[in-house]
Amino acid sequence: MNDQSSQDEIVRIPIMQRMLDNPFLLLFIGVVFPAVFYIIWGIMEIVTIPIAN
Amino acid sequence: MSAELFRTCPESGLQFHKPAERLMKAHAVASIVFLLIGGVGALLVTLTRWPAVHLLPADRFYQLLTMHGVDMLIFWLITFEIAVLYFCSSTLLKCRLATPKIAWLGFALMMIGMVVNNLAVMNGDASVMMTSYVPMPANPNFYLGLILFAVGALIGCFVFLGTLVIAKEEKTYEGSIPLVTFGALTACIIAVFTIASGAIILIPTYLWSIGYINHIDPAMYRLIWWALGHSSQQINVAAHVAVWYAIAAIVFGARPLSEKVSRTAFFLYIAFLQLASAHHLLVDPGLSSEWKIFNTSYAMYLAVLASMVHGLTVPGSIEVAQRAKGLTNGLFEWLRKAPWSNPIFSGMFISLVGFGFIGGISGVIMGTEQINIIIHNTIYVPGHFHATVVIGTTLAFMSLTYFLIPTLFRKQVMFPGLVKWQPYLFGFGMAVFTLAMMGAGTLGVERRHWDMAFTDSMLGFDYPASAYTFMGIVGISGTAAVIGGAIFVLVTVLSVFFGKPVDSESAWGFTTSRVLRAEPIVVPEGGHAAAGKWGFAAPGTFLLAIFFLVIFVIYYVINWKYLASVWPIS
Repeated sequence: MNDQSSQDEIVRIPIMQRMLDNPFLLLFIGVVFPAVFYIIWGIMEIVTIPIAN
Repeated sequence: MSAELFRTCPESGLQFHKPAERLMKAHAVASIVFLLIGGVGALLVTLTRWPAVHLLPADRFYQLLTMHGVDMLIFWLITFEIAVLYFCSSTLLKCRLATPKIAWLGFALMMIGMVVNNLAVMNGDASVMMTSYVPMPANPNFYLGLILFAVGALIGCFVFLGTLVIAKEEKTYEGSIPLVTFGALTACIIAVFTIASGAIILIPTYLWSIGYINHIDPAMYRLIWWALGHSSQQINVAAHVAVWYAIAAIVFGARPLSEKVSRTAFFLYIAFLQLASAHHLLVDPGLSSEWKIFNTSYAMYLAVLASMVHGLTVPGSIEVAQRAKGLTNGLFEWLRKAPWSNPIFSGMFISLVGFGFIGGISGVIMGTEQINIIIHNTIYVPGHFHATVVIGTTLAFMSLTYFLIPTLFRKQVMFPGLVKWQPYLFGFGMAVFTLAMMGAGTLGVERRHWDMAFTDSMLGFDYPASAYTFMGIVGISGTAAVIGGAIFVLVTVLSVFFGKPVDSESAWGFTTSRVLRAEPIVVPEGGHAAAGKWGFAAPGTFLLAIFFLVIFVIYYVINWKYLASVWPIS
């Protein structure tokens, strides 16, 4: 009975809390978001500038 | 887990892992050394930009400005932050620190990097400012020092992450990590991105400086360098917000109004705060408006929202704790009767107000592509970041230090009468300094320039007389703030090395050795709202937040009006 209720406790943890409790998932998000939106997007814009003749 | 490896502070109840404690002490002392060096630079730079004094010759000015920038913005803050990471993981989670020997390796690399970089600047051939834009060359050791420091700091970040893993494995805490540790995790994550970006751009730049690479594209350099340069200041933001929460708990026994909301705000930092780096590139021709506006005017606002959440919940939690203790008269008895003579509280509160009102609002102005043009690359920019990084971060770290001297170093804080005034001198000095810089910047005074008068220049510029007045105020208030900073360094060094032990007869004067625990200390009967008014748990804080928003809107509208007058349409 106790095992069953403790399993229920685990199941009831909201997904957002589980995400916030996972430091390595947060690390992934914290590196990928700025890498994509700031660095990679920015690099793509700079490398597509036509070379002056 | 060996018991002799841990020490419990009798006043605070904090449990220190001794190897972690030694590392915290080493990082804290090293950071203060570089604060001192950077502070000397601050005084000399300020006295040069004060037109009536104009102290240094041009070459010395740029040399000192480079040293001041790197020592303060990188070395002082990040070194102290590594100590904060170890404190928030090992001490707050009551856990042994992961791999102390590797942590010492990281510390050694940071120290070597700081010394190598400073020697390069002092040598006189690396006066390239903190940004070191290519193709302006510096002595290779300038870049090498930064790279070594970054590697050392990165090691510190992974030691912190490893400690979180150990704490979870060894079940030293239940449920989620404490909010303060979560704030430190946010700082750590931003630091990993920041340092990785630094490595991506500084390693090729180092190779370019020693001749292995022919060319570094300046536009590419600026893009990636600012992922280091500005994001490193976002580490500070996350760290000092964590310190605010810690001090609210230390001094008042306050618990956050809502853990969920505060954690979500930190998550917004993790996802979006670094994107604000783009505001430095708002006039760069190679990047599209879509890129600029997404990264600043959209993504950055989510991070601004997070800062406003913290700015509401930290004083709100203090108000709730104060009201639960019976300070319920009117809207502001809780604030009036706060311990204003306690530098741990006063420093933290000035940090919070200065960061929000001056640094936060000006940050949004600078992040708006259209109105940014009014002040881009003027002295308004250092006005903004001195409000965020000096009033916000440095003052918060000073406040925390006054708590750590007796708890971590086990020494009494010397000169308590002087210390009582230090946060006011430093905080208000910097507040006037930053506001005057912003006033001068709005009138067009350029940043990083030795001579605002452009003496003997073929293309001079006639500033209004008020611009010179503002720069005079910058000089006076900056000098006052430096004196406040010098008092902090003096008190800290003397207390740590020559202070009386805490358990000797003389009391150390402060009344704040309250237990810092992960669990709530003050739980109001009937919940948060019980002691509030008119259905608000923290009505005084709510009114302050409304006042903040009114100031925010007025200043925002004024800037648009000013832009319209700069570019008249006829």
